[in-house]
Amino acid sequence: MFKCFLIKYGEIGIKGKNRHLFEDALVRQICHALRKVDGKFHVYKEQGRIYIDCETLYDYDEVVESLSKVFGIVGICPVMKTEDKGLEELGTEVIDFLENVYDIKDQTFKVLTRRARKSYPVESMEVNAYLGHRILEAFPDMKVDVHDPEILLHVEIREKIFIYSKIIPGPGGMPVGTNGKATLLLSGGIDSPVAGYMISKRGVEIDAVYFHAPPYTSERAKEKVVDLARIVSAYSGPINLHVVNFTDIQLYIYDKCPHDELTIIMRRYMMKIAEHFARQSKSMALITGESLGQVASQTIQSLAATNEVCTMPVFRPLIGFDKQEIIDVSERIGTYETSILPFEDCCTIFVAKHPVTKPNLNAIKRSEQKLNEKIDELVRTAIETTEIIRVE
Amino acid sequence: MEAYLDNSATTRCSELVRDVVVRTMMEDYGNPSSKHRKGLDAEHYLRDARETIARTMKVNEKEIFFTSGGTESDNWALIGAAMANRRTGMHLITTAVEHAAVLMPMQYLKEQGFSVTYLPVDGRGRISLSDLEAAIREDTILVSMMYVNNEVGTVEPVEEAARLIKKKNPRTLFHVDAIQAYGKFAIYPKRAGIDMLSVSGHKIHGPKGIGFLYINEKVKIHPLILGGGQQKGMRSGTDNVPGAAGLAAAAKDAYEHLEQNVEYLKKLRGRMLDGLRALNEQLEDGQQSQEEKAGNVRLKNRAEEGERAGERQPEKKAGETVLSDGKLQTKERAGRSGQQGMQAVVINSGEDEYSAPHIVSAAFPGIRSEVLLHALEDRGICVSAGSACSSNKKLPVSTVLKELHLRPELQESTLRFSFSCLTTEEEIDYCLETLGELLPVLRRYIRR
Repeated sequence: MFKCFLIKYGEIGIKGKNRHLFEDALVRQICHALRKVDGKFHVYKEQGRIYIDCETLYDYDEVVESLSKVFGIVGICPVMKTEDKGLEELGTEVIDFLENVYDIKDQTFKVLTRRARKSYPVESMEVNAYLGHRILEAFPDMKVDVHDPEILLHVEIREKIFIYSKIIPGPGGMPVGTNGKATLLLSGGIDSPVAGYMISKRGVEIDAVYFHAPPYTSERAKEKVVDLARIVSAYSGPINLHVVNFTDIQLYIYDKCPHDELTIIMRRYMMKIAEHFARQSKSMALITGESLGQVASQTIQSLAATNEVCTMPVFRPLIGFDKQEIIDVSERIGTYETSILPFEDCCTIFVAKHPVTKPNLNAIKRSEQKLNEKIDELVRTAIETTEIIRVE
Repeated sequence: MEAYLDNSATTRCSELVRDVVVRTMMEDYGNPSSKHRKGLDAEHYLRDARETIARTMKVNEKEIFFTSGGTESDNWALIGAAMANRRTGMHLITTAVEHAAVLMPMQYLKEQGFSVTYLPVDGRGRISLSDLEAAIREDTILVSMMYVNNEVGTVEPVEEAARLIKKKNPRTLFHVDAIQAYGKFAIYPKRAGIDMLSVSGHKIHGPKGIGFLYINEKVKIHPLILGGGQQKGMRSGTDNVPGAAGLAAAAKDAYEHLEQNVEYLKKLRGRMLDGLRALNEQLEDGQQSQEEKAGNVRLKNRAEEGERAGERQPEKKAGETVLSDGKLQTKERAGRSGQQGMQAVVINSGEDEYSAPHIVSAAFPGIRSEVLLHALEDRGICVSAGSACSSNKKLPVSTVLKELHLRPELQESTLRFSFSCLTTEEEIDYCLETLGELLPVLRRYIRR
């Protein structure tokens, strides 16, 4: 019965003169999300609203599922659209609507009519009263409550008449593509996919960099990262995943530098390489899944030491999150199951028993001096041999 | 070059098998349960397959039941027989080193009220007959034991166990998981006193998804899979004709050439073992000279090591021969091997009559098995860490290796090389050569 969806959006509405840019982006993202759904859909803007007309048979759950991943949508309203055949006929349609949508009819309700077409002969208040009357007649157990109704029945009179009462919450945020691009340092863990999701939610397109270290990390670990990128891309749109072979750099650091500084120095090189690819792909920031104090490399001193190598801003959306809070998000967005598959990632293979937690930047830089001989060449090779996988 | 040295995980299908599978899928694709001609033709394939297989073990074809593979055969034998004989007793015996396809049903039966005794094993993975004798009780209804251990290739004393069981309690049934043994050993269940025997098709160049359970006609057992009453109502479900025909072709091929095949496998095994020993010498000498240069004082833990090796020593004479070639090496070398006390290669499996001809298990201390596995994979060499079936678990260290009382650094660095008659000497040489290149590099970057 629902041949149409009304899309509610929040923050976009307050964007002043740029508003149309945001709306157009949202329409684009909705079209993109619906491309993978069976059926033909027509997405359009009209009078400050976005509508989706379903032009063929479609699967309701499938459509709602894919729309609930489009950032910028605050609510998805399944709408019944009818021709204007007079007030009496409208009353019958409304009763039909309730009959179909609700199994039990004992709720409190309120009818809220809006006349976008002011030429409609009856005023909104009168329509409310008439429809309320018809509903009470048809379903004696329902009651009117104008302050806090359980069912808020919207009737919008336009060229056609729209009836809806349910609002399925969307993910919120802003349409992807309205806020530039950033590059995510993606590992196989729980945190980084969540970080990517959160920044993408603010309208940012995402590229990703993954560091693998064969044979210390397996092909399956890499596949796991591709799978994670694919799950995030359902929200963020296509991701170019850069797979960097980090083995030689890692072993060289292991050979030359104090073992307890290995992780910090490694992460500094990861940031440098990630920044290189970020520039190349016109990203304006880096994203990491770091959370303050979670591990040795995420103390405030360690973050300062890794941050020092980049000139781009580094977004760390999880910085103030507890592990459980991160897990909650990852479960909600569907990355958790994949994240916990047991494959070793390159950060943990050579980790010292007691890595430094309060690195001294000068000491780190002194240790890095020992790498001068070969490191530039190794970094160059790593960059040149990077494999790019387009994930969508 | 490629080398597939993971034949205990699965084998390549033989061409013979492929042909019969294709024929029964594309031409003679009938359902044996159908009344028409096509059904009858299919039934002939099934009957022939059963006969062929029965002949390899000198049993009656009525005692062969096709299943979906080794796991189903094991599950059925244990759960089906335990449930059918529960009024006689509720006690079961198995070993600590069984495959999960036996251990999990045992755990299930425990939850159903049965009690289970797990026999310990010696340093090679063999049970002791005196332990078995002590474990058999008046109410013991079933003993389940593997013929060949899938991770280290040790052969269990199955025939001696069968005699002992029948002597101590004639009512006790004896099930043998022969999944790694069928096709490599002449097994005669009737003569040996084995009541049930599990076999899987894809370990002997047959198709996946097919196996069989031999059930002696005197055994009381319940079916696990109920339905249309196929296979005399003991295992319902449309008969897997391509699978059965393929399995039979593989079995026939394996037993027609049994002796040659085993000789060939032994030759491969010897080549692999010799190569590994040479590699060990070579790497140790390198390490030693380095250490001497550095003027390191070596820790001696010879006494300690000797003691530990002593503990592992099994009572059996036969075990000792192998010890001298596997474990005792550890003892000799540990003294010499310098600061880290680390040998380059420790061989876990043996080369005597108690070793399967197709499995070599070796540890490379200091190098996690997964790392070496991926490094070899990168050069086109397929091997297994522990056993492929246990590789999905969170902690990849195998319980079997733990039961062998291997030191932790050996447990987490063990690889399994397994051969088939399709394996070539060139593959072995290539693997050894590659190990020779990889080990010195990987040993440099041992986790500190």
